[in-house]
Amino acid sequence: MSASTRRLFANMGWLTLAILVLWQGLYALIGDIALRSPVSTLQFTAKFITTPQFVTHLTETLKAFVLALLIAVTSGLAIGFLLGLKRFASEIFEPFLIAIYSVPKITLYPILLLIFGLGLSAKVAFGAIHGIVPIALFTLNAVRNVKPVLLKTSRVMGLSTGATIRTVIFPSALPEIFAGIRIGFSLTLIGTLLGEMFASQRGLGFLLMNAIGLHNVDVIVMLTFLLTGFAGMAGIVLLLINRRITAQV
Amino acid sequence: MTRAGLIRLGLIVALLVALEVLVKIGRIDALTMQAPHKMALDLFTMLKSGKLNKAIAKTMGNAGFAFVIAVSLGVLAGLVIHRLRRLRETLDPLFATYYAIPVFAFYPLLILLLGLGDAPQIFIGVMLGFVAVVVNTLNGLDRVPRVLLKTARVNGMNPLETALKITLPSAAPYILTGAKFAVAYSLIGVIGAEFIMSTGGMGYEISFAYNNFDNATMYPLIILILAVSITINMVISHWEKSLLKRRGLQ
Repeated sequence: MSASTRRLFANMGWLTLAILVLWQGLYALIGDIALRSPVSTLQFTAKFITTPQFVTHLTETLKAFVLALLIAVTSGLAIGFLLGLKRFASEIFEPFLIAIYSVPKITLYPILLLIFGLGLSAKVAFGAIHGIVPIALFTLNAVRNVKPVLLKTSRVMGLSTGATIRTVIFPSALPEIFAGIRIGFSLTLIGTLLGEMFASQRGLGFLLMNAIGLHNVDVIVMLTFLLTGFAGMAGIVLLLINRRITAQV
Repeated sequence: MTRAGLIRLGLIVALLVALEVLVKIGRIDALTMQAPHKMALDLFTMLKSGKLNKAIAKTMGNAGFAFVIAVSLGVLAGLVIHRLRRLRETLDPLFATYYAIPVFAFYPLLILLLGLGDAPQIFIGVMLGFVAVVVNTLNGLDRVPRVLLKTARVNGMNPLETALKITLPSAAPYILTGAKFAVAYSLIGVIGAEFIMSTGGMGYEISFAYNNFDNATMYPLIILILAVSITINMVISHWEKSLLKRRGLQ
């Protein structure tokens, strides 16, 4: 384990401790009406995650998220490579991508619902459009910024276009592409959950909305804790992989 | 206009015409998508009648409020964190993974805490935008040329003067990048929260119209939100670019 990784873990430890102290402090301030203490949340979580009800909703969310992520990564990479390799095409389409990136996509969800109908496919589509754009934009930039000398070398060696992409462009652009996938991962997760919260009959987002309706504080705090914990942990793992890839290049 | 710009414009027009035709011949039914000219007309009548002015004012006001808080708190926090190296190191993993956290998951908790008024929506907008401003402010402060800081010291400026006259203006293009994110995030936060649960605002009106198959209200509102966010974004981008250009950086 490198020194920087060890420092990252130490910092994460301090951060977790600080958040727990803050959480407990907030609980002392607010009380049971709207919050649960860290200890009772953990106890409730341990009990709840084994119930079949939770497992059904979790599977549903995971299914939507994995599908959305697959679509986002494959089409994001495809768009990024296509535009990154063709300068003029990227000049035309990049402003579109940036505009889509900056728009509050939640407003588009009703349109997706009308097109796909209420169900899994609308959720998947909504999650995927959150992820595609950052992955495409990062890939585009990474491919465009590959050092010209590398491309010249591959031309001198007489590599075909396919071989150039596989052996030269992809490896040298990988760190930045992975950074895009990291952001795409987070946004796809947010998109999928948001889709479930707004209109859905299944999934963790639906469970959360249902708990609000029933004022079930136990479930609200538990789901917030679980989702934040999962997202934070996945983020750290992806960050570590990203660092390793960057160090290798 | 450049050639790429002309082609872009042509593509948009072609897309609108294609949509118009597809709706006209019934390939896309009117319950799913309206003809573009009808959306524009509906938007015009909606704005003229003023029946949704209250919702528009509420959403834009809340988003604007969230934006101002996110940017001012974010820049302030950036200035403070930049000086405290230890704190910055500890917070680094949080900044790196912050946008993986589904902030909307906190919305129910915020409603329980702050009530179902404007406050939890503004809070969500601030939560989303704040960190983007902090991260970009830190990035900008890292890039302030040392010679400028030395000049400030030679002239005997105090920390406040240095911040106002040297570091902040020098970091301005990067802070503007953060502000651009904050515009998008404050809109996303407020409208998203309105979608999920609220008693008014554009997000609420859109979801209400969706539930009632009222496409004549839904599409104009969606277009209005998209137009506003793209316009603000373009204005800030332009400002950011001209600042960078003046320094010969782009």
